[in-house]
Amino acid sequence: MGIKIHEELVTAESAEALVSLCPFGAIEYNDGKLSINSGCKNCKMCVRKGPAGVMTWEEETVKAIDKSLWKGIAVFAEERRGKIHPVTLELIGKAKELAAVIDHPVYAFLIGSAQDALAEELLHYGVDKVFVYDDPALAHFTISPYTAAFYDFIEKVKPSSILVGATNLGRSLAPRVAARAGTGLTADCTVLKMKENTDLVQIRPAFGGNIMAQIVTPNTRPQFCTVRYKIFSAPERNAETSGEIVRMAVTEEMLKSGTEVLEIREKPQEIDISEAETIVAFGRGLQKESDMEMVKELADLLGAQVACTRPVIEKGWLGPKKQIGLSGRTVKPKLIIAIGISGSVQFAAGMKGSDFIVAINEDPNAGVFDIAHLGLVGDLYEIVPALIEKIKEGRHV
Amino acid sequence: MKIIACVKQVPGTSEVEIDPVTGAMKRDTVAGKLNPYDLFSLETALSLAEQTNGTVRTLSMGPPQAAAALKETLWMGAESAVLLSDRKFGGADVAATSLALSYGIREMGDYDLILCGKQTTDGDTAQVGPELAEKLGIEHAANVTKVLDVTDHDITVEIDLDDAVEVLKMHLPCLLTVNKDANTPRLPSYVKKREMDGKEEIRVITFADIKNADENKLGLKGSPTQVERIFPPDKNKEKEMLRGDKEQLSGELYRILSERKFV
Repeated sequence: MGIKIHEELVTAESAEALVSLCPFGAIEYNDGKLSINSGCKNCKMCVRKGPAGVMTWEEETVKAIDKSLWKGIAVFAEERRGKIHPVTLELIGKAKELAAVIDHPVYAFLIGSAQDALAEELLHYGVDKVFVYDDPALAHFTISPYTAAFYDFIEKVKPSSILVGATNLGRSLAPRVAARAGTGLTADCTVLKMKENTDLVQIRPAFGGNIMAQIVTPNTRPQFCTVRYKIFSAPERNAETSGEIVRMAVTEEMLKSGTEVLEIREKPQEIDISEAETIVAFGRGLQKESDMEMVKELADLLGAQVACTRPVIEKGWLGPKKQIGLSGRTVKPKLIIAIGISGSVQFAAGMKGSDFIVAINEDPNAGVFDIAHLGLVGDLYEIVPALIEKIKEGRHV
Repeated sequence: MKIIACVKQVPGTSEVEIDPVTGAMKRDTVAGKLNPYDLFSLETALSLAEQTNGTVRTLSMGPPQAAAALKETLWMGAESAVLLSDRKFGGADVAATSLALSYGIREMGDYDLILCGKQTTDGDTAQVGPELAEKLGIEHAANVTKVLDVTDHDITVEIDLDDAVEVLKMHLPCLLTVNKDANTPRLPSYVKKREMDGKEEIRVITFADIKNADENKLGLKGSPTQVERIFPPDKNKEKEMLRGDKEQLSGELYRILSERKFV
């Protein structure tokens, strides 16, 4: 299987066209001979866009596996100090959608110590079965025992697809398990769809996000992918539980490990603004130091870091580590709300890579609106408190 | 301590684009470079080798041009370098790539430690390190931020588990993937570059050189995942300006923030 060159159709002209067409520089034309080097990524650009018939895609008939032997959409439930990581619930929500297409059950599985309450909690989200690997030796994440338990789950349950949260733990564990199971793994999927034949369509950004790649695992099971936190939506928690808890045996063999956990420390809550996923930034529009309380309250409600512009630093309201801009930090959060910031070029240079930029400013001609995705023209002293109220009301519902 | 550092040559920029009309990929002409994440694992490798009077060898898989990235590792202080290059390795996904690398390491002989960058800037999966460790049958830890101690038998490291730090003592041999900013990578030595003067030796390993290689598990053929199609993302960068009273503005902002799951 791969790209085949039809020598009889190669002319100097078609060869040159192909050499310049290949985005990876993998086609060479030397001494009248056209060849493909190891830079080929099989993007099939030469097949689709090149001179007709010179390059063709040759499929190889492989022995098809029996996909009906693999059933269920499974979610790895990650525990964080006694709580279910929220990405787990988001994945359960997606798993239910995917399973509905092919009438498969939805499974969750837990690996850890003293997991009863967590397993019970998962039954509020509409999974059919929660499988639990529970042992004091699994209390902390170490790669070999977790891989062994995960792999045991695959062997015994044979799920068709497995979804894992793309946390640092998930991104270390999932590839290890995929390699053991001899299957594929697609990282950081942003869209997942199910085909009638149980093939999972996995879409992810590639080449720095400028291209989307649609990936399938056509002849291997289980299908396996990781998804980042906050990509999908968590289902509503049902008051009643449904489904059942299945306890899985943890053997001595599984617990063998060449790694010992010496210490676990929680990280300090405050993170550098350049690492922040959400930022509330303010500038000269804020009139007095005590008004920062309002900004901090909004930031807390959004789980955001507070940042500011250079004039604020010069006034001594915040330390220099909080400054965004050419002479401060460069930030790239998923959301930045710029409050009372005019938007100098220096400031913009430090934050224009942000995914979603909201600006609140009284002046409709403020430069900040040129870089904002969403601009609100109005008084920050009216809009911000009203927004804070709405978020609080939303929490009480 | 015998260390092998795995590196990759990546495109000089990630600005690859697809023409939405013709569907053709716009080729970028900027030359390849050493994956920036690998600089941190290389620095870890080189300083550990200095501490323990050990050696660093580097390994990469890629087209013949990828030798350029390996030369850079020699200028930084690696003792020797190996390039796995064969059309049979081409089109490989993570599974097939890590298998090929494990074959390469097997051909390189004894080692105590394998170091990889956290991820690459082109594939961006952060999966090859852990899969390689599985193929080699050794322990691994990802997201290493610090090496605290090393003895003849084990290594103690700190890893980043998002909201916590774990300190791990691991038996050797093992594999570590090193986080960005774990250290300050050294620059390639100009003196070394001048001494080598283009005569850097890169050992090339092809498919034929590997004993008992399973061709069906390498390259495109051996890749469980397949790219069905590539397409440009929706450019939803339209600008929206809202005017109105405080109720309308805060209400609309609240709705949009909820929709995007920020609240």
